[in-house]
Amino acid sequence: MAFGRKKKGRVIPEDELIVFENVTKTYQTGAPALNGVSLKVKKGEFVFIVGDSGSGKSTLIKLLLRELVPTEGEIYVNGVSLSKLRRRQVPKYRRNLGVVFQDFRLIKNWNVYENVAFAQRIVQTPNRLIKRNVPAILSIVGLASKYKAKPMQLSGGEQQRVAMARALINKPPILLCDEPTGNLDPKNSWEIMKLLEQINKRGTTVIVVTHNREIVNEMQKRVITMKKGVILNDEEKGGYIDED
Amino acid sequence: MRISSFFYTIKQGIKNIFRNAVFSLASIATIASCLLLFGVFYAIIANFQNIVKTAEEGVAVTVFFTEDVCEDDVRMKEIGDLISARSEVSKVVFVSADQAWEEFKVDYLGEYAEGFTENPLAGSANYQIYLRDISQQDSLVSYLQTMTGIREVNYSKVTADALSGVNNMVSYVSIGIIGILLAVSIFLISNTVMIGISIRKEEIGIMKYIGATDFFVRAPFVVECLIIGLIGAAIPLGIINVVYDKVLTLVTQRFEVLNSILRFLPIQTINKTLIPISLGIGAGIGLFGSIITVRKHLKV
Repeated sequence: MAFGRKKKGRVIPEDELIVFENVTKTYQTGAPALNGVSLKVKKGEFVFIVGDSGSGKSTLIKLLLRELVPTEGEIYVNGVSLSKLRRRQVPKYRRNLGVVFQDFRLIKNWNVYENVAFAQRIVQTPNRLIKRNVPAILSIVGLASKYKAKPMQLSGGEQQRVAMARALINKPPILLCDEPTGNLDPKNSWEIMKLLEQINKRGTTVIVVTHNREIVNEMQKRVITMKKGVILNDEEKGGYIDED
Repeated sequence: MRISSFFYTIKQGIKNIFRNAVFSLASIATIASCLLLFGVFYAIIANFQNIVKTAEEGVAVTVFFTEDVCEDDVRMKEIGDLISARSEVSKVVFVSADQAWEEFKVDYLGEYAEGFTENPLAGSANYQIYLRDISQQDSLVSYLQTMTGIREVNYSKVTADALSGVNNMVSYVSIGIIGILLAVSIFLISNTVMIGISIRKEEIGIMKYIGATDFFVRAPFVVECLIIGLIGAAIPLGIINVVYDKVLTLVTQRFEVLNSILRFLPIQTINKTLIPISLGIGAGIGLFGSIITVRKHLKV
């Protein structure tokens, strides 16, 4: 991982990749989106975060992306306190996260190759390596033949696979997925989840925010259930808990 | 920055122009129309100022010498040197008594001049003094009137004041019009560039989520807007260069009577000011418009 462990102050054990310590996030109006959340994610884990709308899942992802900073508490990623990151250090931090969104967030005017290659360009990968790496990752996600297509020419499942290729091409240690199957049919959803499982088996820590009950119950991974900004349940090999 | 990243940025900026063809065309059209309007006004005003200046240059102060000086070439030369040394003087022309008489005969007497055996204008050798700036006529006249060896100073205060007034008015009006046009152009162009970039807020956000630095996100936008700005500035310059001579030919043909009065500036003179200003505005707005607008969307 490019960013090192924290040298001064709080020492985070090597295997604790993500640590939330009493994290509260309050927006200008309304109740706290997160209220005293503490959790630890170890290297190589596969974690589902589930909960209804307004439970704080998206805030949690935004905090991990360092789009937001906690109102109270601390978040450590690989030993680094995110609150202490300076603005100019944020891009470097984000390069250690692969991110997949529900709405894919592909640049519409760019073709598949350009969308994936961009992640390599920002880490200043030489062109000859980009030309080798992009087709390789596109083959892994099964889109090698569609490298010239624009996002709008692809199905939802294909667009999500492009987003995953982009997220994975720099081999990030953490993959954050915010409702990755939210816009997909069941078949495509399962394909994406299988892909995520494979990636996790190769050592990448995968965090998936989802509403998909069937997938959560079937995959038998760690499940963190959130409600109204607090963690309701955190279970190894858990299932989707009905909150009502 | 790697060389490959540098070329990528340039390539990306150029590609973006075509990818966002509507935005590019709208921006180029706005910049081109604003700068065309600005260029046309500038050309008109520059010519008008030139006409006033030409008229000013034709106005001369004439000094006649006292009788003793009229017969002393050395004294006359000394006086001429003193006048030439004045900062407000652009040119001094000596007219001898004989030249004065010849001109008078041609202008007024014609064949009747044969009756004269001697030069009736024997004492009328003079200097015709041309000024750099007509508004300085009063100070020169005051100086000339105090000089020894000068009998009479002829000048037209009314002409000088009128020309000076017109010149001042043209300067103020032109500064006003050009200032307003520039302000409107800058406002319109920046608005177009800003709206165009705002539409791509999502694109900027995606780049930031992936881990792109502000510089990496901004650079292709800056290249794109810089090129758009320069193209937008080059189009009106091209149009003005093509049309200018044709318009002048048309004006001089239609209004032949004006040919002797009006002297228009060549396009090269107009270009000397117009090209750097237009390209500067185009490039500057592209540059700063994109930097400022992209910055707004970088806080992701």
